[in-house]
Amino acid sequence: MTAVRALGRAARGTFAFLRRDKKAAAGAIVLFILLVITAFPSWFTPHDPAAEVYTPGAGLSWSHLLGTTSFGQDVFSQLMAGTRQSVLIALIVGFFSTILSVVVGISAAYLGGFIDDALSLFTDVVLVIPTFPLIIVITAYVKSATFWLMVGVLVATGWSYGARQLRVQALSLRNRDYLLAARARGESSWYVIAVELIPPMTSLIVANFLGAALYAVLAESALQFVGLGNINAESWGTMLYWAQNNEALATGLPLWALAPGVAIAVLGSALALLNYAFDEVSNPALRPVSGRSRRKVRS
Amino acid sequence: MSRPILQVRDLRVEYETPRGPAQAVGGVSFDLAQGEFLAIVGESGCGKSTLLFAIAQLLTYPASIVGGSVLFDGVDLTSLSTEELRQHRWRDISVVMQSAMNALNPTLTIGVQLADACRAHTDWNDARIAERSAEVLAMVSIDAVHLKSYPFQLSGGMRQRAMIAMALLLEPKLVIMDEPTSALDVVAQRSLMQQVEDLRHRLGFSVLFVTHDMSVVSHFSDRLAVMYAGEVVELDSTRAVFDEPRHPYSQGLMDAFPSLLGAPRELTGIAGTPPSLVNPPAGCLFAPRCAHAMDICRTTRPELIVDDTRAVRCHLVNPRSVP
Amino acid sequence: MRFLGRRLGFLLVALWAALTVNFFIPRLMPGNPAEAMMAKFHGHVNPAALHALEVAFGVNTHQSLISAYFSYIGNTLHGNLGISTSYFPLSVSSVIAKALPWSIGLVGVSTILGFIIGTVIGAVAAWRRGGILDSVLPPIFIVISAFPYFWVGLLSIWFFALTLNWFPILGAYTQTNTPTWSLSFIGDVLIHAVLPSFTILITSIGGWILTMRNNMITVVAEDYVKMARAKGLKPRRILWQYAGRNAMLPNLTGFAMSLGFVISGAILVEYVFNYPGLGFMLLQAVQNEDYPLMQSLFLLITVAVLLAIFVSDIVTAILDPRTRVRT
Repeated sequence: MTAVRALGRAARGTFAFLRRDKKAAAGAIVLFILLVITAFPSWFTPHDPAAEVYTPGAGLSWSHLLGTTSFGQDVFSQLMAGTRQSVLIALIVGFFSTILSVVVGISAAYLGGFIDDALSLFTDVVLVIPTFPLIIVITAYVKSATFWLMVGVLVATGWSYGARQLRVQALSLRNRDYLLAARARGESSWYVIAVELIPPMTSLIVANFLGAALYAVLAESALQFVGLGNINAESWGTMLYWAQNNEALATGLPLWALAPGVAIAVLGSALALLNYAFDEVSNPALRPVSGRSRRKVRS
Repeated sequence: MSRPILQVRDLRVEYETPRGPAQAVGGVSFDLAQGEFLAIVGESGCGKSTLLFAIAQLLTYPASIVGGSVLFDGVDLTSLSTEELRQHRWRDISVVMQSAMNALNPTLTIGVQLADACRAHTDWNDARIAERSAEVLAMVSIDAVHLKSYPFQLSGGMRQRAMIAMALLLEPKLVIMDEPTSALDVVAQRSLMQQVEDLRHRLGFSVLFVTHDMSVVSHFSDRLAVMYAGEVVELDSTRAVFDEPRHPYSQGLMDAFPSLLGAPRELTGIAGTPPSLVNPPAGCLFAPRCAHAMDICRTTRPELIVDDTRAVRCHLVNPRSVP
Repeated sequence: MRFLGRRLGFLLVALWAALTVNFFIPRLMPGNPAEAMMAKFHGHVNPAALHALEVAFGVNTHQSLISAYFSYIGNTLHGNLGISTSYFPLSVSSVIAKALPWSIGLVGVSTILGFIIGTVIGAVAAWRRGGILDSVLPPIFIVISAFPYFWVGLLSIWFFALTLNWFPILGAYTQTNTPTWSLSFIGDVLIHAVLPSFTILITSIGGWILTMRNNMITVVAEDYVKMARAKGLKPRRILWQYAGRNAMLPNLTGFAMSLGFVISGAILVEYVFNYPGLGFMLLQAVQNEDYPLMQSLFLLITVAVLLAIFVSDIVTAILDPRTRVRT
């Protein structure tokens, strides 16, 4: 019963927060819309995205809201259908990446000593090595990356920044009195970590999830764009790949090249805005200063 | 009798909070004579540091002065522009903060931080600046070699003394101190207070000293002001406040101190908690916790009745304060 | 100097990790792309280069893994990176040397410029808390930072180059010209560099602005800034010497950590603009299945990033005395 009530309180708190912070609200609304499109793409695709039956190179019209590609496909339908891949990869990579960050970061902070040194060194090395060239090399050998291979590679390269951030915060919490009190009571380490250490770090963990999701969206679309992903997949990055390879910009079909980019930017912005909003929750000093008080700010 | 160096009149400070403005300082008034040492004591959150920074015009958002005036040598500081204020800073009024570790820039040497203040207000050349810097450090028994040291290279006590030296650089008329001894052990506290006292007698500056620990100032301050919930409730010579406190809150504070002399007695505290500053009670702010509260105390806010250099804010003491 | 020594040690460990990863990747890949590649080389290449390739890709397995590993590291450190298949018979090092200056020029300059400008804007925005910069910039730059680098490149090509015709569409210089040190050539290079540089700048600057702004806000609330105001110092001095100087330090660390991300973006920008730098060469090598070139480029990009990090560590050591003097 209390768990349900706690959940209810958390939900109400989240709604209140979203209502207050305009950035978070904007991000959340956009994300929600994209989730709906991901779940029910057929509602939004007036035509079959893959069908090459329409007049190639057509401009805007009511039946083709964004025109057609040089193969005769409807751009708008492709755009809607591509939503699923990007949103799914963002959420899945974000999820696994965050788990890895939490495990490594918190273990390092909590266990301390040699383990901390070793884990921190490992985290920093992964952080410092430029991951995109590495991903390029890996996917180059594999020739055509499947969805799950991309997830694996993105998770393996994207967790280190979060681990570092979480470790720093966990370290500052570790010596707080309430944790020492819990250990003095004889609570087991797992209890202390799960019940006392992680809850205050929630907003940072959520911010990390959003950051990792953002990274995944940009990296995946970049890989598709340069042709290292699966070029037959339905995704925004793939659309860009085909558009680029068919000189869309130069041949008067700019929307084919620009629209998927806008979509990526929209998803990315939603994640980034929410990320920033959660950062502000962790650090209230960053919140916007209201207009009334501007005049009172003296130096 | 020369004009008091500082005249605070009905100073009010508010903090902006999500639940509305909170009154941190509610109409404080007092005078400070040239060369006088006035201590302001009170519990945490009573507004004493806010009052101090309001007087020094150093408040930042979300705090701001919403009423009253601060006359320094006849000039109302609250009406000056930022640039005009700058001229008074450090030359006339200097500040010593609670933690020297936090108050000193960690990336600049002591020498540079001393020189900063000199260059901002005088046209001394490098040699003169170095000379004066060494002079003030010597006043607090710090060797001039430390001009090249960074704050983290000095001990806690040395850092605090360096801050005092910095405060005296331009021979100000008033030095404002915000709990400068709180971070020190008892022995260092005593030594620091003694140093401040010696310098005050030598150089003749006034001191406004804020602390939550009355025993620190009991031997050094001329007068003592007791603050509660943003208001001054009693102001008198130090001796008078210690020996014959008139306000029930001051009485409670004195009772809470065990005495080394005399028969052992039971320690007493003051029950209850300070009032909400966003929704303060209608009458006296201390009434909810006062053992002697009368009906009038709960309905009408008592005025601070000033009588020469003493003042008290209580219906019990001043029946005339009933309008 | 203990600090710099420790950082150097760390960076060497990272370099070793990159070398090791580079060594093992081809060996872990399904199929055997290396053998197919080696078949092309036989009989046409000098023995030393051939040996380097064998070692790097593990084709001739008469060597144990351990000794192959050490030979590989030895070869790499000597600059013996093998022969490029797409630029056959040129050596990998000579091919890379041609692309290097273009990347340093474009990416290096744009990144540093972006960092400096972003830091300054962030500092000023935080200083004037509640001002126009502070309320308008964060949301705008949060959104811009989420734009894919390559899309911004495409957008600027479409808008500035194709539609407005102000700048050329691609390349580092007009193909018909031959590189010389003449003024007209330099002008040609500069005008080709504007759009790619602008793309890198605009996408990376948001991050610098936001981190610096956040750091400044924290620093401005510190006691020593209040103390500086109490001392009556001129606001400009407080802004730069007291607040800015201290707020920069975590920013430099942030610079080091986000370099990987910026480099990724730079690779894509080079690709979109066909700018003949290391990134463009890397992607072409992938398309041409030129494995020796590809892996060496990865290594070189890593070295460049590590070097840049070390430089920012040096700057940190200069600005922050706590790193230099042992307490």
